[in-house]
Amino acid sequence: MLSLTELLKKSKNTIENGGRQFARDEKVKCPACGKEEYRNTIKENNMVCPFCEHHYKISARTRIRQVFDKDSFHELFDNIESADPLEFKGYKRRIEKARISSGEKEGVVCGTASLNKVKCAVFVMEPGFMMGSMGSALGEKVCRLFEYACENHLPVIGFTASGGARMQEGILSLMQMAKVSGAVKKHSNAGGLYICVLTNPTTGGVTASFAMLGDIIIAEPNAVVGFAGRRVIESTMKKSLPDDFQKSEFVLEHGFIDKIVDRRELSMTLGRILNLHREVI
Amino acid sequence: MEAYEIVKLARDKKRPTAKAYTKELLTNIVELHGDRAFGDDKAVVGGIGELNGMPVTFIAVEKGGDLKERVYRSFGSPKPEGYRKALRLMKQAEKFKRPILCIVDTAGAYCGEDAEERGQGQAIAQNLYEMMDLKVPSISIIIGEGGSGGALGLSVSSKVYVLENAVYSVISPEACAGILWRDAKKADEAAESLCMTSEYMMKFHVADGVFKEDFSDFKGMCAEIKETLYNDFVQMKKEAPEEIIERRYEKFRNIGVFAEKKASSEKGDID
Repeated sequence: MLSLTELLKKSKNTIENGGRQFARDEKVKCPACGKEEYRNTIKENNMVCPFCEHHYKISARTRIRQVFDKDSFHELFDNIESADPLEFKGYKRRIEKARISSGEKEGVVCGTASLNKVKCAVFVMEPGFMMGSMGSALGEKVCRLFEYACENHLPVIGFTASGGARMQEGILSLMQMAKVSGAVKKHSNAGGLYICVLTNPTTGGVTASFAMLGDIIIAEPNAVVGFAGRRVIESTMKKSLPDDFQKSEFVLEHGFIDKIVDRRELSMTLGRILNLHREVI
Repeated sequence: MEAYEIVKLARDKKRPTAKAYTKELLTNIVELHGDRAFGDDKAVVGGIGELNGMPVTFIAVEKGGDLKERVYRSFGSPKPEGYRKALRLMKQAEKFKRPILCIVDTAGAYCGEDAEERGQGQAIAQNLYEMMDLKVPSISIIIGEGGSGGALGLSVSSKVYVLENAVYSVISPEACAGILWRDAKKADEAAESLCMTSEYMMKFHVADGVFKEDFSDFKGMCAEIKETLYNDFVQMKKEAPEEIIERRYEKFRNIGVFAEKKASSEKGDID
């Protein structure tokens, strides 16, 4: 018999797999401009507000559906899940809650998928799972994906969304930064292409490791991309920071990313980049 | 001892800082400056010296002695140019086949508007990426605080040692308590939960060894450290570059504890 949590997880994924369709279409208010629009209309617009182009937070699986060829996604390493190595107070419960609310088992979804029929290794971080924070399981999954891509000569396309390292795993979560960076390096040394797409928010340990290591780094508009948290900096420096601080546009201006791409053009742009590398992948 | 007591010891202002170690461990030191791109970070001291007659490149995070020097050294919190300076010296060491010694003592990478503008995240990421692939042996010693990404950016080495009362953590106990329990005063509890002491560094295979502390006989203590470092470097210098890289990669590759839902291929367990 399915437990209640299992049932909740299952139902969430069933909706996801079938392509989220809202039986009762209702209006939602854009958190950026405040204008209301029907959910399905926003959905048809790739979850971008038609008025102000605010990019809604989307799940990993919605992302995969938006970007890659229909039904081409094949999931890998979904048997790897977080443990509680430090027996950190409240951690197990938090994981369980995150599983129910996100419908995912861990903060990243990995696998292979094709884009314009070019096969890629893909990782997509799930912002709904403890803010995409990186613990041992997440590090291991991304690491294995790069190793898989290396063995199979595949390009890697990754989407980051993370609040940083998962503090409930202490030093082990910090070490994932080194571990994944090493795997990215191996893939790169073997000539592999790695395109990283930074989505809102990409911060902390993920920024200070694989998010900043792409051969080509793209960001969604208006996404927060930074290392130290804005509020931490404000309280340390005792001053308030401008609105655009640590936004993609700011990071582009300072030379740390290649491009800002609107979500509605993301699949096309990624496809074009892949095609331009056709002689080497 | 309580974990938070150890944190306090690790941060103690009377504790010897990096330069005391470089002075004891190395001779014929030539300090080298700058990242060749933006500036010279005073929190990161680097150069070349001799360890028992063996030329090595050293990189040390210096917190500073008196208040004036601590301000000058940004309290030992490196800015992006500090990480880039370190990387430049490491690549130089690789070219001339010198082993690398990193002495780490930092509360964390510098936290500020300018550091973000110059890509603090990118600078640390680049160090992790390149350090993992260095063809020469490298050793990092955490002598006091190993503060998160700021410490890791100089600690992706072939071997990592920690001092008995050093701490190494993903986040400070104060910040952790503030975020999780909205109460920075619960730092002692957080310090316990974060498992940040040398004992846990060994348990989780983050550290390869722990050096005993005896500041009353600092010379003697450093002599022991020196011997270990020297023997390690001699050993590792015999290895082929590919071996050095592979061994370092494997060391970090195997860190982590997770559940793998297949009975046949259990991996990542600590015991």
